[in-house]
Amino acid sequence: MPAESMATPEKSYLEDGGRFRGLFSWIFTTDHKRIGILYLTSVFSFFAIGVILGLLMRLSLIEPGRFMSERTYNSLFTVHGVIQIFLFIIPGIPASFGNFFLPIHLGARDVAFPRLNIFSWWLYITGGAILILSIFLPGGAPDTGWTFYAPYSIRTTSNVSLAASGIFIVGFSSILTGLNFVTTIHRMRAPGMKWFRMPLFIWSLYATAWTQILATPVLAITLLLLILERSFGIGFFEPLKGGDPIMFEHLFWMYSHPAVYIMILPAMGVVSEIFPVFSRKNIFGYKAVAFSSLGIAFFGYLVWGHHMFTSGMSDISRVIFSLITFLVAVPSGIKVFNWIATMYKGSVRVDSPLLFCLAFIFLFSIAGLTGLIIGTLSLNLYLHGTYFIVGHFHYTMFGGAGFGFFAGLHYWFPKMFGRMFNERAAKTAWFIMFIGFNILYFSMFLLGLQGMPRRYFQYLPQFRTNHILSTIGSWILALGLLIMFGNLIRALFRGEKAPANPWGGSTLEWTLPSPPSRENFRETPVVKGGPYTFG
Amino acid sequence: MFIPEASNSAHYVDTTFWVIVVISAVLLVGVTSAMLFLIFRYNRRRGAKAEQVQGGTALEIIWTVIPVVLVLVMFVIGEKSFRLIRSVPREVMTVRVDARQWSWMFGYDNGLRSDQLRVPLGKPVKLRLSSADVLHSFYIPAFRIKEDCVPGMETYLWFTPQQQGSFDIFCTEYCGLGHSGMLAKVLVMPEKEFTDWYTGSGAKGNRGLQLLQEKGCLGCHTTDGTPKVGPTFKGIYGRTVTVITAGKERTIAVDGDYLKRSILDPGADMVKDFPPVMPKIPVTPEELEAIEDSLEHLR
Repeated sequence: MPAESMATPEKSYLEDGGRFRGLFSWIFTTDHKRIGILYLTSVFSFFAIGVILGLLMRLSLIEPGRFMSERTYNSLFTVHGVIQIFLFIIPGIPASFGNFFLPIHLGARDVAFPRLNIFSWWLYITGGAILILSIFLPGGAPDTGWTFYAPYSIRTTSNVSLAASGIFIVGFSSILTGLNFVTTIHRMRAPGMKWFRMPLFIWSLYATAWTQILATPVLAITLLLLILERSFGIGFFEPLKGGDPIMFEHLFWMYSHPAVYIMILPAMGVVSEIFPVFSRKNIFGYKAVAFSSLGIAFFGYLVWGHHMFTSGMSDISRVIFSLITFLVAVPSGIKVFNWIATMYKGSVRVDSPLLFCLAFIFLFSIAGLTGLIIGTLSLNLYLHGTYFIVGHFHYTMFGGAGFGFFAGLHYWFPKMFGRMFNERAAKTAWFIMFIGFNILYFSMFLLGLQGMPRRYFQYLPQFRTNHILSTIGSWILALGLLIMFGNLIRALFRGEKAPANPWGGSTLEWTLPSPPSRENFRETPVVKGGPYTFG
Repeated sequence: MFIPEASNSAHYVDTTFWVIVVISAVLLVGVTSAMLFLIFRYNRRRGAKAEQVQGGTALEIIWTVIPVVLVLVMFVIGEKSFRLIRSVPREVMTVRVDARQWSWMFGYDNGLRSDQLRVPLGKPVKLRLSSADVLHSFYIPAFRIKEDCVPGMETYLWFTPQQQGSFDIFCTEYCGLGHSGMLAKVLVMPEKEFTDWYTGSGAKGNRGLQLLQEKGCLGCHTTDGTPKVGPTFKGIYGRTVTVITAGKERTIAVDGDYLKRSILDPGADMVKDFPPVMPKIPVTPEELEAIEDSLEHLR
């Protein structure tokens, strides 16, 4: 057979690095898929550091004083929080899966601004490196808690300014990624890809991207004011100089509450992709799910005050913030009901991606319902600043965003790397993680109800039992994480070759080979129907 | 509940808590069992074939309206109990709460100061909270109340204690190195006992020791020999210590002059291996003498 008549097999994006070779073909790439993989490996590297710091904290809490000093413990919870929030969850799903799949879902060859895209990663990794540096430089790791509340953050001699500069830079990466996604969604949709034909993952990224663009500058300004105040003693937040510590809280949460939705919305998007595929059925209530993303993003701006119910702000503002907080729970509820209804009259296959989604719904429901408890004004006076809060936001961020991330990781792994992982190992890991997670964090609710304050190095004897239980949970969870990542890393090298469409998905990425070629589509696809058509 | 209900607010809070927890538990069980039922009923292994249901407007309206009503109910009962907890009655005894890194001090209208909050059973008490340095938060779990102590402004709390005994006070706003040691007790005593204490106990006992307590020194320094944030006071007089003076280490024996200097200018000679965090706390010359004298005799 003459060579010409055979279709030359296209090189995958993993083989075709463009102009450069080796490491440079990654760090100087403009291919959205390679950038997605860059983010994926970087966020999980930071995640691993964050997990180790968390385990060390839990270790210290079995017997305070035995393993580390109070100073070290205070830095641990600060750096753990900063890393997991700013370097793991916030960039997490949008920057990794978003970069990889957003253009493909739209039928495009790349994002609107590919060079800005790689620049964003560079900002992210620079900011991350500065943050890590702040742990080791003289002065000592920051010890303020991830919230950097003034005036303590102004007075401490630890490396707060350096850490704040790192976050400032990472923030710009987030803004630029948001800008890139919004433009791409508006301008780069394939012919026939109408707004209501877009996969729901894209809707969630769209809502997230706007929040990134509009809210992150507030954080940037807040951190800049903090750095200026620390360097020149200007007096924005220091009451001795006429500043106002409560203003710092307002500014901080004006970003950091919407940021909660930057973290959770993309995970909701992932879940919205997986339920239809594993039920072989169209999503129940497409528009309800799409609009609830926008609703969450919008109301998410207006509830920051619920972090401040005991801060000393006026009682009337507490009442208003509580009311809006209750309303923001509704669109999340709508999503949960629609996901579950998607399985009705479906043909459900319970593979690992779906298992992670089911765990997501269960854990996120607990997160949401305990959120109602602490959003209630009178109960907040009791539970604010205790382990109840710590339990609540770990259910939201780890049980919600984290498990959503793992669901997406298993769902898209074959597409991204062209290999299948061991399904049985994935299920085992899921089960161990689910058990460990609940032991670790549910005991925190009990601790909170007993009155145990958060950020305590040592504690009174009545809290000991639940602390030990929680630490045991942390070991079980860690074991599950090890099995999960071990299984995936093994699959990278030894996994079976993945077919183009292992799960029977109906969005555009499953029409491409696994892994896709550099250009994604040979010819621009023409879209004729909705994203979830199973026939 | 998990801890005693020792004040009037505790009752409102716990009732609200259980109402919301029951609603939430019903929702959680509902969602979870619906999920498990559907996985089982429509499992592909049981040969389920998918029917393409697109959605249902009626259902969407139902599961939007019902949650809206539920959360509004929760909001209203939460707001109602909140208002009760925040409305201070007219006839009330006022106590000033001064928070500082890392101790609490309670000041009474007759000038009495104490490092434990003593209150009479069944009488409403208003706390006027303030902070000398960074943010703190005043929290009595058994009373279900909490409010931040903010430097530069005054905040408040009030309660009627309804159970005799001693209950924990915590700081719940992270305030630096000694945060987890910033504890105190509220002692709820029968009215007569309280009045005796309030009127009777004046300047009895060791004046210096009392000052150490009032000035908050014992938040960081113990009198029993264990080091805390700072070195212990037990046997401090005459002890040989390594200090850092202007960046250089030197070894000295602790004497009266050193003790006074360390109180007036804590940064001058820092004992090695302890963090340089001690604030300057104002003392009169007479108080300084009394403190020095009592430290000299703490063996």
